[in-house]
Amino acid sequence: MKKSGVDRPSSISQDDNVTEKTAAQPALVPNAAIEIPWREKFRRLWRAVWRHRWLYIIVLPSVLFFVIFKYWPLFNAQIAFKDFKPVLGVVGSPWVGLKHLEAFFNSYYFSRLIGNTLFYSIAGLILGMPTAIILAIALYETRFNMIRSIVQTGAYIPHFLSWVIMFGVLLTMLSPSEGLINEIIKATEGKSISFLTSPKYFRWVAIFSNIWKETGWSTILYYAALMGIETALFEAASVDGASRLQRIWHISLPGILPVIMIVTLLRLGHILDAGFNEIFVLYSVPVYSVADIIDTWVYRAGILEFKYSLATAVGMFKGVIGLVLLVVSNQLAKRWARTSLY
Amino acid sequence: MPVKSREEIVFQILVNTFLIVFLLIILVPMWRVVMMSVTPLGYAAEDTSFGMLIPPWKWSIEAYKQLLTHPNFLHAVWNSVQITVLGTSLSLILTVPLAYVLSIRTLPGRNILINFILLTYLFSAGMIPTFLVVHDLGLTDHLAAVFVPVAIGVYNVLLMKGFFEGLPVELEEAARLDGASELQVLIQIILPLSKPILLTIGLFYGVFYWNEFFYPILYLNDNDLMPLPVLLRNILMASSLNEYVEYDAFSNAPIQSLKAAGVFITMLPMVAVYPFIQRYFTKSTLTGSVKQ
Repeated sequence: MKKSGVDRPSSISQDDNVTEKTAAQPALVPNAAIEIPWREKFRRLWRAVWRHRWLYIIVLPSVLFFVIFKYWPLFNAQIAFKDFKPVLGVVGSPWVGLKHLEAFFNSYYFSRLIGNTLFYSIAGLILGMPTAIILAIALYETRFNMIRSIVQTGAYIPHFLSWVIMFGVLLTMLSPSEGLINEIIKATEGKSISFLTSPKYFRWVAIFSNIWKETGWSTILYYAALMGIETALFEAASVDGASRLQRIWHISLPGILPVIMIVTLLRLGHILDAGFNEIFVLYSVPVYSVADIIDTWVYRAGILEFKYSLATAVGMFKGVIGLVLLVVSNQLAKRWARTSLY
Repeated sequence: MPVKSREEIVFQILVNTFLIVFLLIILVPMWRVVMMSVTPLGYAAEDTSFGMLIPPWKWSIEAYKQLLTHPNFLHAVWNSVQITVLGTSLSLILTVPLAYVLSIRTLPGRNILINFILLTYLFSAGMIPTFLVVHDLGLTDHLAAVFVPVAIGVYNVLLMKGFFEGLPVELEEAARLDGASELQVLIQIILPLSKPILLTIGLFYGVFYWNEFFYPILYLNDNDLMPLPVLLRNILMASSLNEYVEYDAFSNAPIQSLKAAGVFITMLPMVAVYPFIQRYFTKSTLTGSVKQ
């Protein structure tokens, strides 16, 4: 600014600067966006749209899907603040403000539902993630390709089995009358245990069956990250006399740390999704106190007891908290791992 | 191969023992399901081997015979096949164009479309408001209710979009210079190159629909429409099978065998299709999720 003269008004000197810059630049990147009038811009946009017209047409059904099954429900969600009566419809039902949310916060099941939901999410994360990391490292370290591919194949399968099938598999292991584990207990002079219907054991059965089902599948990401580590690093460490465990601790684990962080943040963003399908299939009345999570309760209250508004309010509460958690964990992922979760 | 040190040998023994133990933990419960399904009546009582192994001369396929000749069971299988085939087709028909359109960076309005979809991933209205929509559309008690409202999985769209973005742009440009329209590019150039991702996403959708358990319970009241997982759950819960399968008290199949056979039949399609597609899905799942 100073070189254009001291006595000039600053606005003019700024203008000068701009012209100087554009003049100095070679005309390779013409600063066209500023020059052309909006009418021309609109024509160009329209031409681009017209050129892609078939793309807009083929995407229309998919957009319609989102409008009907994702945005229409958002409109219906207003019944969280109304006393919904099916006869009156969504729009016609009377507003009641925060009545249903207050009823939820003040009820005895509030702390129970939040507690169970967080318990299943956090315990699943704390116990499941190290198991998957250890399995991925073992798969990476083994020198027997046969064992590696057989274990990989076998460990992925349970991911594709539904929770109803899992329930059947669990019964053959845990059922008091013919379950394998109970037969072992009985053979060692113990009394058979009803794992799935006793509040004492249900939580751990649910958590460990989830680990059994998903550990193999979740190794895919860690294993890929391990494969991405420069092998030269391992060789250099081995020349320097590092033991196997030292190499895992100082090279492998730091190498997959970004993936560990991304997965953790993603799981934290979904911490209120504690596995509806699993609980819904496995639980029964005797274990409601330790099994009931937000989603299972919403189903029973809304669909079985027709408390549409209350159940919607609880679902909305979960949705809002989930939104905040997802946005926050995405910001953290961008800052720490330089990646976006969605 | 360098000379193995003692430390290296011990390490390999530990690692491989861990892997084999892990594999056994996965396989033993599944093996037991298979063994229980072929256990004949009366064998369980004299069983001395915890039912892990049965001498081959005592096998009985009576449980499979009973299930596979029972009209209720076959009807549930038929419902599941319908849901899986129709659902997977609809899902792919809706997912492919969406993913392709989102993968074209020069498309005006692309960012609006991405945000329009991501918003539904970040915040969903929940079970009850969606239930009301399905009800208002008159879909309740139609098979369509269990696959139309869940036809597009946002995660699958993003995976497929990532795959399309990874395809070489030169191919499309060359085709456009030759005068091909957008539709021709998609159908004649892109889709033939996309077999791996189509198989992978198709498998994900297929598995999802075959396993569907909750939506049939939520949206269908008619017992004639219930798919296999719902019937299987009823069979598993039953202490006597009379309600669901006309259980013959004089048959050679004990009730545990019928349950185990039901589990095995339900998991069979998954286990059978899976090895063929495995090599595709690990590859494309990775390229999609380990993005930079």
